[in-house]
Amino acid sequence: MKVMDNLYYTKDHEWLRIEGEFGFIGIADYAQDQLGSIVFVELPEEDDEIEAGEAFGAIESVKAATDIFAPVGGTVVECNFDLEDEPELVNDDCYENWIIKIKIEDESEKDDLMNTEEYKEYLETLDEEE
Amino acid sequence: MDVRKTNIYHEHQKLGAKLMAYSGWEMPIEYKGIKDEHKAVREKAGLFDVSHMGEVKVQGKEAEDFVQYLVTNNAKSLKDEKIFYAMMCYENGGIVDDLLVYKYNDNDFLLVINAANVEKDFDWMKSIKEKGNFDISLENISGEISEVALQGPKAEEILQKIADKDLKKIKFFEFFPEIKINGIKCIVSRSGYTGEDGFEIYTENENIVSIWNKILEVGQDYGIQPIGLGARDTLRFEANLPLYGNELSKEISPVEAGYNFAVKLDGDDFSGRDALVKQKEEGLKRKIVGLELLDRGIPRHEYPVLNEEGDEIGFVTTGYKSISLGKSIALAMVDIDYAKLDTEIYIQIRKKQAKAKVIKRNFLKKNYK
Repeated sequence: MKVMDNLYYTKDHEWLRIEGEFGFIGIADYAQDQLGSIVFVELPEEDDEIEAGEAFGAIESVKAATDIFAPVGGTVVECNFDLEDEPELVNDDCYENWIIKIKIEDESEKDDLMNTEEYKEYLETLDEEE
Repeated sequence: MDVRKTNIYHEHQKLGAKLMAYSGWEMPIEYKGIKDEHKAVREKAGLFDVSHMGEVKVQGKEAEDFVQYLVTNNAKSLKDEKIFYAMMCYENGGIVDDLLVYKYNDNDFLLVINAANVEKDFDWMKSIKEKGNFDISLENISGEISEVALQGPKAEEILQKIADKDLKKIKFFEFFPEIKINGIKCIVSRSGYTGEDGFEIYTENENIVSIWNKILEVGQDYGIQPIGLGARDTLRFEANLPLYGNELSKEISPVEAGYNFAVKLDGDDFSGRDALVKQKEEGLKRKIVGLELLDRGIPRHEYPVLNEEGDEIGFVTTGYKSISLGKSIALAMVDIDYAKLDTEIYIQIRKKQAKAKVIKRNFLKKNYK
């Protein structure tokens, strides 16, 4: 399973990349692999205010719909509308193809997330459960 | 409850299948991916392990009378070595299960039922036998029989290579009570659950793995793929074939579900008939319709259906972004006032209400032979 450096991760397998006051949010390789062929991405509205842990959108495979949760809170400043027409981009490269860009409200919320090393360890515990 | 494994389980592992518990069985959900597998069945051929299905033998001099009373279709007009699709109903018209009925002759039938319902169905059959005091024997042979389904436009060519009889001799919903596949004695019917031509092959548990592997080997030149339960559901849905637990249940009657071709109200009596006749005479209050989404989104099982005012008027029974058609479609149970073609209604998808309209249920033309 591919894990990228310099990102923060949630237990639900979302990732967060911080650039200044902004954050880019996407889903990790583990999630896209579990989902299989992605056929639909539901995006929020720009200017929506979202809280950490809130479901701001959804990602759907052929079989089922899964919520996407915000790693940190903030205001949606941009959505990746390419995913409306080509949701499979998330399967192709889930780290390149972010889902939303937000203006982060409180950066200290990132302290509740896992860094790359911690996320790798977390994935190993999931493998053991299987 | 222990999760059971079919005899083909280790082959699924070797093929790299994603396996999941389904109806008490550890079953392959997908191998290469649902989309790929779905297309293989529509365009070439696919092989399904459906050994989890249940089989019950009905034998004896009143076998035909028993089956007639047990199911909604007219057993008395079914010819030898043919099959029909039917449902078993409670007295109130709710559905016990749907099934295929194989008729050998007036005294000998094979009933094929859903894996999740085997115990419930067998108990129901026993109660019907007692109630009517039918002179028959009932035998649940589910534990001894394995089944694979070969489906798709290339199915006949593939199976013919290892069959000792001419498959062209059986039309859709007919069967060979005895035929050798790769030298092994089987029952083979021309039938399936995909909307494509194809065959369902039954044999004893210990022989199924060699048949599974041989079909995949022979089918390689034709582009055959093993198919999981994921694509089995997308395929049957596009062909407007019902799934028990979705379109059919003990709260839904076959008339509401709209599978009237399997319900013969003017034939001899059967369990549930009076309730269904009454329902029809009084007029249906709700029924299952086809829906096409006009807004973006994917309708899913049990999502609420609303009218323009936002009142709940029904629920989605099955929905997908159709792989063959590329658009979001659904089957939904709705109040009769909203069942006319082109009626606009809404589906609650998470926080949003997506507009949809009623369309015909024949989403896709069936390719039966």
